[in-house]
Amino acid sequence: MAPAILVAAIVIVLPLFFPSAYYYRIGALVFIFALAVVGLNLLMGFAGQVSLGHAGFLGIGAYSVAIGPVHFGAPSWLCLLAGAILSGAVAFAVGRPILRLKGHYLAVATLGFGLLVAIVLTNEANWTGGPDGMSVPALTLFGWRVRGSDVWYWIAGATFVGGFLLALNLMESPTGRALQAIHDSEIAARVLGIDVARKKLTVFVISAMYASVAGSYLALFNGLATPDEAGFLRSIELVAMVVLGGMGSIFGSLVGAAVLVVLPQVLTVFHEYEQVLLGLIVMVFMIFLRRGIVPSVSVALAGWRK
Amino acid sequence: MAELLQFVFSGLTVGAIYALVALGFTLIYNASDIINFAQGEFVMLGGMTTVFMALVGVPLPVAALIAIIVTTGVGLALHRFAIEPARGATPVALIMITIGASVFLRGLAQIVFDKRFHSLPSLFGADPIQFGGAAILPQSLVVLAGATVIVVLLWLFVERTLLGKAVIATAANRLAARLVGVDTRRIVDFSFAVSAAVGAIAGILITPITLTSYDAGTLLALKGFAAAMLGGIGNPLGAVVGGLLIGMIEALSAGYLSSSYKDAAAFLIILVVLVAMPQGLFGRVKVERV
Amino acid sequence: MRAVQHFTATAAIGLCAVLGAGLPASAQIKIGTVLSVTGPASFLGDPEKRTLEIYVDEINAKGGVNGEKLQLIVYDDAGNANNARTFATRLVEEDKVVAMVGGSTTGSTLAMIPVFEDANIPFISLAGAIQIIEPVHKWVFKTPHTDKMACEKIFADLKSRNLTSIALISGTDAFGKSMRDQCVAVAPNAGIKIVAEESYGPRDSDMTPQLTKIRNTAGVQAVVNPGFGQGPAIVTRNYRQLGIKLPFYQSHGVASKQFIELAGPAAEGVRLPAAALLIADKLPASDPQKPVVVNYTRTYQEKSGQAVSTFGGHAYDGLMILVQAMQRAKSADKAKVRDEIEKTKGYIGTGGIVNMSPTDHMGLDLSAFHMLEIKGGDWTLVPGT
Repeated sequence: MAPAILVAAIVIVLPLFFPSAYYYRIGALVFIFALAVVGLNLLMGFAGQVSLGHAGFLGIGAYSVAIGPVHFGAPSWLCLLAGAILSGAVAFAVGRPILRLKGHYLAVATLGFGLLVAIVLTNEANWTGGPDGMSVPALTLFGWRVRGSDVWYWIAGATFVGGFLLALNLMESPTGRALQAIHDSEIAARVLGIDVARKKLTVFVISAMYASVAGSYLALFNGLATPDEAGFLRSIELVAMVVLGGMGSIFGSLVGAAVLVVLPQVLTVFHEYEQVLLGLIVMVFMIFLRRGIVPSVSVALAGWRK
Repeated sequence: MAELLQFVFSGLTVGAIYALVALGFTLIYNASDIINFAQGEFVMLGGMTTVFMALVGVPLPVAALIAIIVTTGVGLALHRFAIEPARGATPVALIMITIGASVFLRGLAQIVFDKRFHSLPSLFGADPIQFGGAAILPQSLVVLAGATVIVVLLWLFVERTLLGKAVIATAANRLAARLVGVDTRRIVDFSFAVSAAVGAIAGILITPITLTSYDAGTLLALKGFAAAMLGGIGNPLGAVVGGLLIGMIEALSAGYLSSSYKDAAAFLIILVVLVAMPQGLFGRVKVERV
Repeated sequence: MRAVQHFTATAAIGLCAVLGAGLPASAQIKIGTVLSVTGPASFLGDPEKRTLEIYVDEINAKGGVNGEKLQLIVYDDAGNANNARTFATRLVEEDKVVAMVGGSTTGSTLAMIPVFEDANIPFISLAGAIQIIEPVHKWVFKTPHTDKMACEKIFADLKSRNLTSIALISGTDAFGKSMRDQCVAVAPNAGIKIVAEESYGPRDSDMTPQLTKIRNTAGVQAVVNPGFGQGPAIVTRNYRQLGIKLPFYQSHGVASKQFIELAGPAAEGVRLPAAALLIADKLPASDPQKPVVVNYTRTYQEKSGQAVSTFGGHAYDGLMILVQAMQRAKSADKAKVRDEIEKTKGYIGTGGIVNMSPTDHMGLDLSAFHMLEIKGGDWTLVPGT
């Protein structure tokens, strides 16, 4: 409960430091990605399953709020829900065969999945607008058109707090404990009577739905859905956010997302050295803070307090 | 018939390229259980360094040699400065380090080289060889030959030399290898160096076909990784078969199904194969001891 | 306890981030640019960035605009529309630019249009698709020819050679797809029939399966390749490898002499629509574009050490149109500058002669394109085009 209040406090207090709409936008993006990262963290950090194609679900969410209103005239909020359900269904269908794989093989399978989604989104131009993407009508709630970086900041922040609470609850529940058991040793978990396959599938579906909501938010915020959002680079970025923040640390999801959204903005002063520095920073972080920022800093602070 | 043959030639050309890249993944994985996502950048460095050395007037064979040496050095540096210090980290953390390294190398390449596309002259000229109504470039055969030679050399190395046995020992059980006196740190150094060299050679051989640029490594790493996994990670023959298979599926899909879905067809087949054979085509079945 | 540790850690990191992200502003005419300098569209963004930097320096060396120096603020969106949107917001809110010349790709341009329209800032785009100026947005202009024009030029040339039935092989990137769509749309009116269509990925290395299918389709009289980057060079090589002798057309996405080097002997006889920039030294002395393109070619090649590219030329035109509008308006006021941009008449640039109007925010017509043919490893002008 305390961490959730903390996160809510951060969401509320941060805008006091925001001089302009640009900061609201960055904040909104951080919370949107953090939402997707929380879901991925449940999968990778707690259940120990690697996914290199998670952006595929981001893409499904993004295009649900694009295709639904434009081709079917459905209201955006309904399409957002439909997108989450669709992502869950796809995760269920794809997860059952794939989650039997282990380690790097699972990584390749998820990679393939992500790429397949991106390819379909790029090619089926009649539905999706092709490589340039399609424009997304703004969300309307009770007759009020939702636009503006500040509005989206609050929506994304509130949703993130909700998602955060949900994830914490999940981790404290029997399912969460089962997942941690599976992470530690699948065989021992099975011996204890845990339905390993079912639990892995459950967390895969949940993480897909988190990503889908994040993707829908992104598309609604930008007014645009592009196949890039489902692409390989985006998937790697999500994994990097999980690992940098701390696998298995829900709080770390926020930190990881914040670092990878803010860092490129900060590094622009270095112009052509931006990529070099980004790569260097990622390497340095992983070598010295190899369990992720939040776990490593916590351990260091705990040691200092003694 | 001639049409099918042309598709097969195309598949072999592209497949041999993937095979060469996949081999690089196999070597490092064998010695250290790490998937090195910077492997694509080794391939890029081989091609780009050769191009730029040649542009300043260095004769081509010397330029190629310099490129191989430079890339090998980069591979060694990657191990010594990025992987070694993180020894003991989780596999995911190590993969993230290699991803960071790949971003770093790409960023460096765009500063040191440029952002345009470059080519190298083919070893045996650009005139295609006609066979059975289809045309294949001589360079495609060079790439195929290169992959074959490297696999054979690797096999000989592992079976016939003491150093090769030491690599296998390190891969099987690192602690046990150290206990019998194998300097495992040197072995992993060596495997990174050889992987980088193989990557550089791959880059030099494929550039006359694929052209090269500072970001050529990303897509190649993706396909090479998929090929290595399809064949069963850790098995050099599997890497080559995996690469050729992906190339063939792409070419045949482009020819008989739809050219916009050829990549999708390849990945779909990979998914199907992995679901049916969870350790890849030639991978060792991992027995988990309780 | 854990919670407090978590909070301290996060707060420390957050503070560093917030402090680092803000930078002070100074008093000059601020022009923003968001380009795809890295990533899949760096073929476009890199020459654009170099051009803008070279010419902002040149203009400043000559005293600036209306007595004030120009300040160019460059951001790299790496070809991602989300990043482009973020940087556009940053340019408007943080850097407080008065004008924007940029947007290498249609995707990033479309993502940024709402930001500049809302902020009432003139935006000159460097991207190709016709949707950028049709329907007309009040504050948005563009300098490159539309891909629709490229198709029309190619089709006109095909008709003049009595070729009416063609095959398309296009890249699946945004450039290739957009031009392919336009070609399909204008073909019926131009009397051209598209009997076969294939596509390839922008980083593919072998297109022989696609070309084989085209070769085996009955009735194909010519082949057109919409695409950019390395793809066209490889398609051209494969064309020769398969011994296809049909007339072959490239698109303006080829953009630079490097294409001829990369494609090698296969490039002989290939035709493509291009702006005067590519044949600067071959233009007749009476051509009004000649001094501009010769000058730009020389300056760009000297200062960057690379062959000139039409994409860089579009950036040059964008900057000059903006600067001249500012000079005519005698101020950097956004609304006045926008009005003057819209009144651009007879601007002689690398892309053609620009005449804008309230209904035409690009200002180029078909005469801005010449049909070129590659002969003897060099461009030649097809007579009468």
